[in-house]
Amino acid sequence: MSDSTAKQPEPVAPSRLRKVWESDFVYSFRHAPVAVVAASMVTLMVLSALFAPLIAPHNPFDPATLNLMNGFTPPMEPNAFTGEVFLLGTDDQGRDVFSTILYGMRISLFVGFAAVTLAMVLGVTLGLLAGYIGGWTETIIMRIADMQLTFPAILVAMLIFGIAKGITPPEYRNDMAIWVLILAIGLSDWVQFARVVRGATMVEKNREYVQAARLIGRRPVSIMVRHILPNVLNPVLVIATISLALAIIAEATLSFLGVGAPPTQPSLGTLIRIGQGFLFSGEWWILFFPACTLLVLALSVNLLGDWLRDALNPRLK
Amino acid sequence: MKITTGLATAALLASTSLSANAETLRWARAGDSLTLDPHAQNEGPTHTLAHQIYEPLIIRDMSGAFQAALATDWAPKEDDPTVWVFNLRQGVTYHDGAEFTAEDVVFSINRAKTDDSGMKELLGSIVEVRAVDDHTVEFVTDGPNPILPSNLTNLFMMDSGWAEANDTVKVQDVDGGETTYATTNTNGTGAFKLVSREPDVRTVLERNDDYWGMDEFPMEVSEIIYTPIQNAATRVAALLSGEVDFIQDVPVQDLQRVADSDGLVVKTAAQNRTIFFGMHLGPDDIENDNVEGENPLADIRVRRAMNMAIDRDAIKQVVMRGQSEPAGMIAPPFVNGWTEEMDSSVSTDVEAGKALMAEAGYEDGFSIQLDCPNDRYINDEAICQAAVGMLGQIGVTVNLDAKPKAQHFPLISSGGTDFYMLGWGVPTYDSEYVFNFLVHTRSDEIGTWNATGYSNAELDAKIASLASETDLDKRNATIADIWSTVQDDVLYLPIHHQVLNWGMTESVGTEVSPEDDPKMKFFTMN
Amino acid sequence: MLAYIIRRVAQSVLVLLVVGLVAFSMFRFVGDPVDNMLGQERTQADIERLRVELGLDQPFPVQYGKFLGQAVQGNFGLSYRQGRPVADILLERAPATLELAAVSGLMAMIGGIGLGVFTAIRRRGLGANIVMTSSLVGVSLPTFLIGILLIYVFSVELNWLPSFGRGEVVRLGGWTTGFLTESGLKALILPSITLGLYQMTLIMRLVRTEMLEVLRQDYIRFARARGLRERSVNFRHALKNTMVPVITVTGLQLGSIIAFAIITETVFQWPGVGLLFINAIQFVDIPVMAAYLMLISVMFVAINLIVDLLYFAIDPRLRLDRGTGAKA
Repeated sequence: MSDSTAKQPEPVAPSRLRKVWESDFVYSFRHAPVAVVAASMVTLMVLSALFAPLIAPHNPFDPATLNLMNGFTPPMEPNAFTGEVFLLGTDDQGRDVFSTILYGMRISLFVGFAAVTLAMVLGVTLGLLAGYIGGWTETIIMRIADMQLTFPAILVAMLIFGIAKGITPPEYRNDMAIWVLILAIGLSDWVQFARVVRGATMVEKNREYVQAARLIGRRPVSIMVRHILPNVLNPVLVIATISLALAIIAEATLSFLGVGAPPTQPSLGTLIRIGQGFLFSGEWWILFFPACTLLVLALSVNLLGDWLRDALNPRLK
Repeated sequence: MKITTGLATAALLASTSLSANAETLRWARAGDSLTLDPHAQNEGPTHTLAHQIYEPLIIRDMSGAFQAALATDWAPKEDDPTVWVFNLRQGVTYHDGAEFTAEDVVFSINRAKTDDSGMKELLGSIVEVRAVDDHTVEFVTDGPNPILPSNLTNLFMMDSGWAEANDTVKVQDVDGGETTYATTNTNGTGAFKLVSREPDVRTVLERNDDYWGMDEFPMEVSEIIYTPIQNAATRVAALLSGEVDFIQDVPVQDLQRVADSDGLVVKTAAQNRTIFFGMHLGPDDIENDNVEGENPLADIRVRRAMNMAIDRDAIKQVVMRGQSEPAGMIAPPFVNGWTEEMDSSVSTDVEAGKALMAEAGYEDGFSIQLDCPNDRYINDEAICQAAVGMLGQIGVTVNLDAKPKAQHFPLISSGGTDFYMLGWGVPTYDSEYVFNFLVHTRSDEIGTWNATGYSNAELDAKIASLASETDLDKRNATIADIWSTVQDDVLYLPIHHQVLNWGMTESVGTEVSPEDDPKMKFFTMN
Repeated sequence: MLAYIIRRVAQSVLVLLVVGLVAFSMFRFVGDPVDNMLGQERTQADIERLRVELGLDQPFPVQYGKFLGQAVQGNFGLSYRQGRPVADILLERAPATLELAAVSGLMAMIGGIGLGVFTAIRRRGLGANIVMTSSLVGVSLPTFLIGILLIYVFSVELNWLPSFGRGEVVRLGGWTTGFLTESGLKALILPSITLGLYQMTLIMRLVRTEMLEVLRQDYIRFARARGLRERSVNFRHALKNTMVPVITVTGLQLGSIIAFAIITETVFQWPGVGLLFINAIQFVDIPVMAAYLMLISVMFVAINLIVDLLYFAIDPRLRLDRGTGAKA
C-alpha cells in the first residue's frame, strides 16, 4: 500500500508521514528487548532452515544414505556398532537429529508461512467483500465462515487428504502431503481474518471519508483497497503473526493424529510425534531437541506478535 | 434421585497402597472387544474377552497346546475318517444354572455356521453335527478332516435354552448394524461372569465360584477390570504408575523401563504372527511405479534382489530392540510345515542385490509406492521406513505411504496396492491355512488375501489336495513341496516373526500365550 | 427484529444441511468400513453382501437422504463398531466430555480473568511480564505434548495423579459424574489443565487488552479523581465493563473446547465423545462420525446464532445498518 501512495505525485506529505511512522515503530522495537531477541531468533531459524542443505551434516531425506545401525545414538557419544558421533544424537532410523531438525524446520516454516498467506488472502478478501457489500454476499460468506468453524482442522485435513490421494499420481504423493497440510490449515484459519476485517469494514464504511469517496464516484474496489484496507491492516498483521505460530502447532497436532508430513520427510511435528514414543525409554534427545526447536520457534513468533499488537495499537501508547 | 456407585469402579481407584490386593486384576490393552456375541466376530481382542466368559470344546493353554475344555476327549471315528467324536464334560453348568449338554454343542455349531457368523469360514468342512447322547457329539465333515480340532479352539458354546428365551438364536448381524441380547449379555460356562460393561471404556468380570475347573486351575483372580487404553504412552504410564496390573502390547522401546521399575516384570514369547511385504508380481504392468509398460516386480531377479537388500538383523536390532525373530518364511516355528532351513534362507547382500538388479535391466533402479499400516503391527511404520532406506541401496526408490489399518486393508482386498505390508497369524497351526489365504490364486472364496496376482494352477491343485489328505506323512510332503515353490518364486518378502511382550506387576503370574490371548483362569496372584 | 431472527435461523438450518452433506461425503474418503468389519477369513462374496446390507451400494444422494431423514428424528442409526444406537452411545459419553469441558472452561475463565486483570493493572511490572511470557510458553507447545509431559511428571515420576480415565464415577439418573468422588476429581485435573491452558491464555490476553482500554476511559479517570479506592475502580468499574466481549469469546471458545477435546481425550483415554470419534475414525464407523459432526455443528451454529443476535441487540449501529439495508 505504502508503495503505491509513494508513487503518487504528492511528494512531501506521505514520505514524511512514513518516516515518522517508521521511526516511531523502530524506536519502540529498539526499546523492547524481548521483541529484539524474538525477532533475532525467528530470523536465525528462518535462515538456518533456508540454508539447511549447506549447514546440515547429512541429508535425512535421502533414505538410501541412512544406516539403520546408527539408530538411537545418544548426543555426542559414539554409536556402539558404527562408532559414528552425532551432535544431537540420532533417531530410531539412524537419522542425525540435528540435520533432521533443520530440514524439518524448513518444512514446518514453509507450511506455516504458506498456510497463513493463504488464510490471509482468502480471509481479507472475503472479509472486505462481506463488510462492504453486505446483503446476500455477506450472508453467504459469513455462513460459510460458520461452517468452516464447525469443522475442526483435523477433519478438513482428512477430507482434503483423501481427495488429494485419489487424484495425484503415485510419484507425487509424498510431496502432496505438504500441500495438503497448507490447504487444510489455511482453510481452517481464514475465518479469523474475515471476521476481523468484516467488522472493521462495517465500521469504516460509515465513516465520513468513505462516504465522501463514494460520493465523488470512486469505484467500490478502489474504495475497499485504497481506503478501507489500510485501516484494517494492523489487526490483520497481528492476527497473521499469531496465526503463524498457531499454524506451526496445528501442523504438529495433525502429525500426531497421523495426517501430517510423512515420516520419510518429517516436519517438526512429525519428529515430535515420533519422539514422544521414546519419552519413557530414556532416548530423551529424540523428543527433546525437536520439541525445544518448536517451542523456541513458536514462542518467538508469539512474542513478536504480542509486541506487534501493542506497538500497532495507538491507544496503548 | 438415585445414587448407585459402580461396583467395579471402586476397585480401580485403589490407590497404590491397596494395589497389592491380590484378587483384582486390572487389565489394559490397546483395543476393546467388538461384541459379546461369541460367534459374531473372528477377531483377537473379542475372542480374548469371550474366553473368560464362554468356553469352547477345546482350548489352547497358555503355551499354545491343546487342552480339554468342554470336551474331555476327541478322536476320529475308527471306521469312518469323516466323523469326529467328542465326549463332553459332565456336570458343567452355565452361569444361570442351566446344564451344559450335547444339544448345546449342536446348537452352537449350527449357529456359528449361519451367514451372519464371523466364524463360518472355519467350519466350512462340517456337514452335520449330531448328538449321540447327552454327552457325546459327532461332527460329520465333507471329507476326512485331520485338523478339525484346531478350528474349534475359539468356537464358544452357548446355552440353547438361554438363546431361545432371549431371542438370540440368530447370530448378531454386526455388519448390518444389528444388536441383540447377546451383544451386551452373556451366559457362558467360563471361569468368569460379566458384571458390567461399557464398550471402549470398562468391562468388569467376577469369578464364577461354581466353575467346573475351580480345583483344576489356579483361579486366583476374583475380579477382572478390563480397560482399553489406546495411546501407547498412556498405557505404559498406567502400568508404571500402578493404575493397572497387567498390559498387553507394551511398546518395545518401553520394555526396559518397565522391566527396570520396582515391582514390574516383562514376559516375552514368540507370537503366532509373521510380518512380510507382498508384491504385485502378476500383471504385465503395475500402476504405482515409474516404469512404463513393464512390471519390474514380475522379474524374479528383482524380487530376489529386494529380498537380499533387506537387513532383517538390523531391523531386529534397532527397530524391534531385539524383540523379533528374523523370518525367511511366512509361518512361525510352531506351525506344521515350518523348517529351520527355509526360515533362515535369506541373508543380506547389497552388492549381489545390485548385480541382480543390473542383470534384470534396472541398474538405474525404479521407484514404487509402499503401502504400510501405522496402527496394526508392532512398529509397522518404522519397519517400512527402515525398508525404504535398505531398498534405496539397491536403487529401488520407495515412496512410503503409511496410514491407519482401516485405509490400508481395503487396498489389499481391492488390489489397489502394488507393494504392501501384511502380517499373518496361523490360528490352526498348519500351513494349509497360509496357502489357502496367501498362495492360492485369488478368487471370491479362496486366496482372498493373495494380492500378489500370483497364480499357479499346479500349486493350486496341490493346495486343494491338502484338505482331504488323511495320510499325514504324504500331506506333510505336499506342504513341503508347496513351500519350496513359494520360496523359489520369492512370492513374498518375509521380515520377521513378531514377539509378544506382556507387562505386569510382580504379583501377577502367567505365561505369555503365542496367540496373545491371556486366559485369566491360569493366572496366579500373590 | 422478528424477521431478522427468522431469516437468521433459516440460514442456520441451511448451514447444518450443508455441513451434514460435507461430513457425510468426507467419509467416503476416510476408508472402507466393510473390510474392517470382516475378519481375516472374509471372502469377496462377504464384502459384496455387506455392502448391500449397509446400503453402501446405493447412490450417494439416496444414502444422504436416508441419513438426514433419520437424523431429524434423533435416529443416527446403529454404530457399526458397537452395534448399538448411536444416539445412546453419544448420550452415554456426553457427560464425560461436558464435565471435562466445564471444568477446563471454568478454569480458563477464572484463571484467565484473574491473570488478565493482574497483568493489566501491573502492566509494566516484572510479575505481569513473567506471566505474559510464560503463558506464551504454554501455547507454543502442541496440546498432545503438554498432556504427555503432564502424565510423565505427575503420574509416572511423582505418582500423584492418575494417567487415564475418569476414576470412580457416580450415576445420577442418566448422567455419570466424577465430581462426587475423590478419584473422579483427581482424574479431572490433568486433562482439564491440558485442555484449558490454551483458552486460559486467550482469555487472559483478551481481558488484559480490554482492561487496558477501559482503564484509559474518562469515566475511570473521573472515578480515580473522585478518590475511589484503586481496588474498587479496577474491579467494580473497569472489569465489569470488559465482561461483554469476554463472555462472548468464552462462549465461542466453549464450542471449540468440546471440539478439541478430541486430542486431550485421546491422550488421557478420557471416555468422552472425542475419544469416541477418534475410535470411530479408526474403525470407519460412519454413523458415529456423522452423528458427532452433526452434534458439533449444531452446537457451533447455535452459539454463533446467539452471539450474532446478541450483537444485533446490543449494537444500535448494526441495527440501523440492517434496517436501511445499506448496499454498496
